[in-house]
Amino acid sequence: MLTVKNLYAGIEEKDILKGINLEIKAGEVHAIMGPNGSGKSTLSSVIAGKEEYEVTDGDIFLNEESILEMDPEERAHEGVFLSFQYPVEIPGVTVTNFIKTAINQTRKAKGLEDMPASEMLKMIREKSELLEIDRKFLSRSLNVGFSGGEKKRNEIFQMAMLEPKLAILDETDSGLDIDALRIVANGVNKLRSEDNAVLVITHYQRLLDYIVPDVVHVLMDGKIVKTGGKELAHELEEKGYDWLKEELV
Amino acid sequence: MSLKDKLVSSHIVFQDSLDPDSPIYDVRGNAIKTFEAEGFPSKKDEAWKYTSLNSILKKDYNIFPTKKSTLDFKDVEHYFINDIDTYNIVFVDGIFNAHLSSTTHDGIDVCTMNSALTKSKYQQIIDVYFNKIAKEESLTSLNTAYARDGAYIYIPKGKVADKPIQIIHFATGSQEASLLQPRNLIVAEENTEVQIIERHQSLSDSPTFTNSVTEVYAAKRAIVDYYKIQNDKLDASLVDTTEIEQHGESIVSVHTFSLGGNITRNNLNYYQKGERIDSILKGVTLIEGKQHVDHNTLVHHIEPNCESHQDYKGIFAENATGVFNGKVVVEKEAQKTNAYQSNNNILIDDKATINSKPQLEIFADDVRCSHGCTIGQLDESALFYLQSRGIAKKEARALLMYAFANTVLSSVKIPQLKQRITKLIAKKIGVSIGFEI
Repeated sequence: MLTVKNLYAGIEEKDILKGINLEIKAGEVHAIMGPNGSGKSTLSSVIAGKEEYEVTDGDIFLNEESILEMDPEERAHEGVFLSFQYPVEIPGVTVTNFIKTAINQTRKAKGLEDMPASEMLKMIREKSELLEIDRKFLSRSLNVGFSGGEKKRNEIFQMAMLEPKLAILDETDSGLDIDALRIVANGVNKLRSEDNAVLVITHYQRLLDYIVPDVVHVLMDGKIVKTGGKELAHELEEKGYDWLKEELV
Repeated sequence: MSLKDKLVSSHIVFQDSLDPDSPIYDVRGNAIKTFEAEGFPSKKDEAWKYTSLNSILKKDYNIFPTKKSTLDFKDVEHYFINDIDTYNIVFVDGIFNAHLSSTTHDGIDVCTMNSALTKSKYQQIIDVYFNKIAKEESLTSLNTAYARDGAYIYIPKGKVADKPIQIIHFATGSQEASLLQPRNLIVAEENTEVQIIERHQSLSDSPTFTNSVTEVYAAKRAIVDYYKIQNDKLDASLVDTTEIEQHGESIVSVHTFSLGGNITRNNLNYYQKGERIDSILKGVTLIEGKQHVDHNTLVHHIEPNCESHQDYKGIFAENATGVFNGKVVVEKEAQKTNAYQSNNNILIDDKATINSKPQLEIFADDVRCSHGCTIGQLDESALFYLQSRGIAKKEARALLMYAFANTVLSSVKIPQLKQRITKLIAKKIGVSIGFEI
């Protein structure tokens, strides 16, 4: 599904990612863990196509096709979804209207007509139930005055609606209490299938108790320094990141 | 001959054409003297530092409309908010057009200033209110000197205008270049309510210069909502002066939507003469090319326990220029004043300019006054967020601009008007997204 090959990227002459290699197959959940400043969020932004980052070497493939030259919206049309750590507030545009726009823009890019209103409505109802989202919530302005939990739940709601091939969850657990975390994780688990893949980016192991990864990578100083199974996350939780630093020296 | 000389010398001819027994004959005579002494404002005047009228004053304007132009409703229908029932006061080249208008004297007076100035039954109101709030300064005096027609709205005590009132001034360009000087008077007595929509619209590409003056008088507990749609042709310039006097517990809001024109200058002045008054000033400016929009506001807090809320948003593309000059004066007696002022701007292109100048003069010690001004570009992170949801960059930019302007639209009380403005903004930005409001 996703192949990252020897990826070097940075911002304003500063190297952040220093040779990342990653292979995620359809149906898999991978987790990337690492201390603050290791490049986790940069990696997710670069995969989603944020313009301010410059890729200096390597490549990113989605289903064997390079996406490096694509604009963020084109990557989204190809099935890349990024759940943001800090979603943007848009006063005057309701959650419903925003998601309608996003879906229909994606359909337009694929040469399809707008989704019929009845179908859209049905889908919104199904997906909002899945995430235990109140109807009233859907008519509020996007992210305006949302609590941390509401913002994250709304991100996963959008993911559910857009049905991406590759979903990247960037620090989705931050700012969530245990109930919200469970709802969000439940939602993600229900959306998992043999045809899609999930990349969970997190500082803590907490979320991985709910969204159980097949593979765990540790990112430090722009490089993946260790890869293992889900038990690696527990080990990191217990020992912190310092032992890895020592092991590397 | 300069435009000033022409206006001064033509005034005798103008006065001769009118009734010398008119209650305002002398008022007009004095006003032209003030204009003669002051002339047109120039960049030397502090209040006109960033707006020059020179380019439009050079034109040879026809001061008196020579012939009556006719217009078919179907040709101009789209300039009206036509999906609701309204009273309409329509002028074509400065002359009242009864055919396009729908006035009333049933409980409230919605008619022309010309009737009010010439008919004896209105004389008492004219004596009390006409030219009482307007300042004696160059352009306002020029308007007073030539005041003949415009909208006259009188809401007697306890009455509520049963539908919104549209004031539309069309310029047909049948004269070479036209100078229009409409004069409006709105009097809302105690416990009244009225909504007004005003528009100045040129229908040709010949230059038009409109020097409009409106006096609004809101008595105790009156609620006046005034909406100004400024979306004119590229050769149409407007100086719109609105002077508002408010009394206890009245609420007066003015929303100004500046979406097109050559040079647009809005002078909006509020004088609070009572307690627990609320003054609301809102504006959206969205211009491109070489267009220029200047908002010059004043809120004069004179008595205690009053509020004012100013929120102006501007989006400037290409070589467009904007000015915001917002003055708030809080007198010593005006304790417990709550004055809020905000002016936020987005410059789309490198050559777009905004001069923003908040001025606070506070003489009372127990007040809450806040003001903020921002000038920036569209937020790149926000843009990325929208793009990552599959929304194309162009649409994403539009969505952000819409969101930016939305705080101003949210307080528009007439849903059809709100929808119309939203569509105008969406069209200006060039988006196809069906916004819901």
